[in-house]
Amino acid sequence: MLLGKLTLDAIPFHEPIIMGALGGAGLVGLVVMGLLTKFGKWGYLWKEWLTSVDHKKIGVMYIIVAMIMLLRGFADAMMMRAQLAIATDGHMGIFPPEHYDQIFTAHGVIMIIFMAMPFMTGLMNIVVPLQIGARDVAFPFLNSLSFWLLVSAVILVNLSLGVGNFARTGWVAYPPLSELGFSPDVGVDYYTWALQISGIGTTLTAINFLVTIIKMRAPGMKLMQMPIFTWTCTWANVLIVASFPILTGALAMLSLDRYLDFHFFTAEAGGNAMMYLNLFWAWGHPEVYILVLPAFGIFSEVISTFSGKRLFGHTSMIIASGVISVLGFMVWLHHFFTMGSGANVNAFFGIATMVISVPTGVKLFNWLFTMYRGRVRFTPPVLWTLGFMVTFSIGGMTGVLMAVPGADFVLHNSLFLIAHFHNTIIGGAVFGYLAGFAYWFPKAFGFKLNEKLGKLAFAFWQVGFMFAFIPLYVLGFLGMTRRLNHTDNPAWDPWLYVACFGAVLIACGIATQLLQLYVSVRDRKQNMDVTGDPWNGHTLEWATSSPPPFYNFAIVPRVHDIDAFTDMKEKGIAYAVPKAYAPIHMPKNTAAGIFIGGFTTVLGFALIWHIWWLAIVGLLGIVGSMLARAYDNDLDYYVQPDEVESVERSHFERMGIDVDNYTERDDKASRSGSRPTTTA
Amino acid sequence: MSTYVDHAHNAHDDHEHHDSGSQTVLGFWFYLMTDCILFATAFAGYAVLYRNIANGVSGKEIFDLPYVMVETAALLLSSITYGFAMIAGHKGNKTAVLGWLAVTFACGAAFIGLEINEFHHLISEGHGPQVSAFLSAFFGLVGLHGLHVTAGLIWMTVMMIEVAKTGLTGRAMTRLNCLSLFWHFLDIVWICVFTVVYLKGAM
Amino acid sequence: MMRNCRPTRLLWGLSPALAALLSGCQGGILDPKGQIAADEKSLIITATLLMLLVVIPVIVMTFLFAWKYRAGNKDATYTPKWSHSNKIEAVVWIVPIIIVSCLAVVTWETTHKLDPYRPLESDKKPINVQVVALNWKWLFIYPDLNIATVNQLAFPKDVPVNFRITSDAAMNSFFIPQLGGQIYAMAGMETKLHLIANEAGTYKGFSANYSGAGFSGMKFNAIATPTQQEFDAWVARARSAAKPLDAEAYIQLAKPSENNPAAFYSLQEPRLFSAVLHKYMANRQSLAATDEQLKIDALTKRLCETPVIKEQ
Repeated sequence: MLLGKLTLDAIPFHEPIIMGALGGAGLVGLVVMGLLTKFGKWGYLWKEWLTSVDHKKIGVMYIIVAMIMLLRGFADAMMMRAQLAIATDGHMGIFPPEHYDQIFTAHGVIMIIFMAMPFMTGLMNIVVPLQIGARDVAFPFLNSLSFWLLVSAVILVNLSLGVGNFARTGWVAYPPLSELGFSPDVGVDYYTWALQISGIGTTLTAINFLVTIIKMRAPGMKLMQMPIFTWTCTWANVLIVASFPILTGALAMLSLDRYLDFHFFTAEAGGNAMMYLNLFWAWGHPEVYILVLPAFGIFSEVISTFSGKRLFGHTSMIIASGVISVLGFMVWLHHFFTMGSGANVNAFFGIATMVISVPTGVKLFNWLFTMYRGRVRFTPPVLWTLGFMVTFSIGGMTGVLMAVPGADFVLHNSLFLIAHFHNTIIGGAVFGYLAGFAYWFPKAFGFKLNEKLGKLAFAFWQVGFMFAFIPLYVLGFLGMTRRLNHTDNPAWDPWLYVACFGAVLIACGIATQLLQLYVSVRDRKQNMDVTGDPWNGHTLEWATSSPPPFYNFAIVPRVHDIDAFTDMKEKGIAYAVPKAYAPIHMPKNTAAGIFIGGFTTVLGFALIWHIWWLAIVGLLGIVGSMLARAYDNDLDYYVQPDEVESVERSHFERMGIDVDNYTERDDKASRSGSRPTTTA
Repeated sequence: MSTYVDHAHNAHDDHEHHDSGSQTVLGFWFYLMTDCILFATAFAGYAVLYRNIANGVSGKEIFDLPYVMVETAALLLSSITYGFAMIAGHKGNKTAVLGWLAVTFACGAAFIGLEINEFHHLISEGHGPQVSAFLSAFFGLVGLHGLHVTAGLIWMTVMMIEVAKTGLTGRAMTRLNCLSLFWHFLDIVWICVFTVVYLKGAM
Repeated sequence: MMRNCRPTRLLWGLSPALAALLSGCQGGILDPKGQIAADEKSLIITATLLMLLVVIPVIVMTFLFAWKYRAGNKDATYTPKWSHSNKIEAVVWIVPIIIVSCLAVVTWETTHKLDPYRPLESDKKPINVQVVALNWKWLFIYPDLNIATVNQLAFPKDVPVNFRITSDAAMNSFFIPQLGGQIYAMAGMETKLHLIANEAGTYKGFSANYSGAGFSGMKFNAIATPTQQEFDAWVARARSAAKPLDAEAYIQLAKPSENNPAAFYSLQEPRLFSAVLHKYMANRQSLAATDEQLKIDALTKRLCETPVIKEQ
């Protein structure tokens, strides 16, 4: 009773694969902890990272979480491809349904909620405040709290591997399958609480960034002059604010059904499962634009920077993103044309969906005309962008095809659908994040990533993607439906083998990226970015050092142009040495975020296992931490001018600018329109 | 909720970034938007399910309009008294602020007390949320509003303690402002609940 | 194996290698055997060709521009400040709008024409089949013939089949790819689907919406017989092998089971489908006005005595 539903049977000792995975993860954890102890870095980790409210460090931590979750989610993908390549023609494969069904559910949830979302949020955290010339986000503590709520959710999802099980419902968890009658164990509860907690974190992030963008832009930066990545993030945040509460509501209703015997979505007593489908996709469809719009912004930045040109049609791009956001909210029903809503309703939602391809097409053309009459440098970010433009064109086309209800009736729920959304989410969002990762890596860490390995990783990913997903289109045409555990159609077999081979190629791509990280860290001395502007960038994030000082900008720049930093370089003021520095107001680090996150994990775990006393402890812990924070008066401090001066001096010295004998004329004459020569 | 800066201390700050009072209020407005959508979701659920009474009762059989009128009056009154608290706050009258907050709290607590009593009555009569989708949606929607009011009451307690201890600082006023927005917002939501659930249900 | 799918060739003619591979598309949606499926296939091809009008230029231009304006090519024009052109903006907005408008017209018309709820026009009298998705098998009730089958479906070719579909379990999707589109099967709700087979044969049908552990085995064969006589023979065979399907037998059948072989029943309860539907009806009080409804109500009550769902 003291432990609710939790017993020793919840731990799958008899499952060698799970125990192996847990053992491996435990081992890695022990090694990391051992290293931290050996080098005495616990204090550093706590003070500089875990309690940090610095948006750049929080961003880095988001991306680390995203990459770990990419490995987890990809391991699930490999298991699925392996299962389907083996379980043909009467063979049952490696995984029985009760295990396999958890794998595909976990794959979907992890890749979307715990890989793509944190990756996007991480990049947004690192870049947006820098791009608008801000010193931090509007609510730095809230930012830290959002991150720890995400971590809390990540812990719960991964805990389900070793304690109990995960949902066996598919990542959409449609009732009545996800109701107590069909899913009596804790799997769906892990799902609802993990999504609920991370969803609240995401909502807080969006509020935070909207206020940051509206209130904290550098002086002179008009809304229409904001860099395009900031703009696409703005639209994404608007979508988050408008759509995530719907998910919160839908999950809360599902939880009430499961915990207190309510009847929102049950088949009995008048519940309506179709309402869940509507609510879920009213969140779920905007969600895909939340993922892909910032990626569009990254492509815009990358293609403009590496073409050495202004972005073609900046205003047009902003409008197109806005149109996509608004329309993205009006098309959710295309996820269930097969519900039988009637021809008028289906046709309306189908046509609304295909209208989205207009602004998306405009974006593609604008990227093309950004390259037009440019000087395109084929760095890894550009390769990701070009790969995206080709891949996403195909994914967009298959998407519009599925927006035609008559076609969707035969393509829905088939592997064609799977191929389509991987085509847009991998080819659109993930390629974008990886481009952004390579593009802004030097900004975050002060050195560039190894280019050769970056190109090799791209090649593996792109070719692997084609091998993994083109067969799924074919299998869709051949009538293979999704979420099958085993198959018995010999015509499908060759395509399943090819898809499995493609997944292996993508695995090579991921391995190459890990190798790239290792090699780049090892050789960092050769690839230092001393100027802060490794790519001849256009926007303000390149105007400060790499990595930027904790206060971002010693003097907040005044903005006169869309390409604010290009403008500064042309006027010869990009590397001007200020005469004097003013004190800078900064927030203090706080452990409140990590504490609230920790108590939320406790609360979530207790609710999942019906351990009510522990749930009360968790809830009291959360409220107590929040009150302690609310009554805390020691929240901020001023960085004194002499400290700013010494930080800035070392940056100028690394660039080879003599701070003491600096005159403005000097700067204009020698550096007009070009970067200072590096001394490294 | 974030970096609160004492306005007096902030005066010599050279740039405009940390006028955090207005940032906090704007952020709170965005939060209210999300909350609005959460309520919209609950209303949508109610609109879809209110006819699905299965083997249970319909709204007409259980809604006691005069009782709900008293509830409504208590909540609406609390909005007015909160307004007086804010007026006193802008005048810098700490005692009056605390007094009006106490009155507001009493009205809010009365509302919650009446609501809990209503729920208790319904459940003990066998009309709990387990009975039908209609009752689930009813308890879900009204309960969601009740939870918000309860959170508002806790927040109000916290604010009374803060004001009593540290006075009407810039930070306290920003927070009172946010709570004010929250409280009036809940009033507006209640008017919708009253109209859509009770009035329409009792028709 | 190697079947000829001509319009498919047209589509994939752009890519001969794929065309060769895809021509073995037997059994899929590109190998339709009924009017609906054939229309849906040609719709896919039309829509794809229409979209390729934009997609191919974009892909070609991507490679072309990237190569022509590569950094190494110093002969190419370089205009770092050029970032706006009303002409180009107009073209890139208007061309997609035109194509989407065409597609929208096609969509509006085909959505109505291929609406699964629209009865098919035919001079033959349609066959009525009531479909119940169970954990994890399909129950087909022929109300006019007083038989019911599990995981096997038959009808003569060229005769329209009117399906009324519901579920007594999780949500499923009723799908016979070679005959046409799918529709969800949901507890407490009735959906409709109208299909026709224009060629005799045995076609694969299955659930296209994941519904739990036994989902992969939730398959059936849909037999389109060449003649009415052969269909009558199938019905006779079914009758002779049949077990009675009354409330008790249904409750047993509805219990979860996987990979069920085809089975035949004689229908003892003509109101079975309605009763299954009413098990989950939102508002049972409104029922029981006529004698017929009272009978359905009584049967529903019997089915509810052992709730299938709670037994998992």
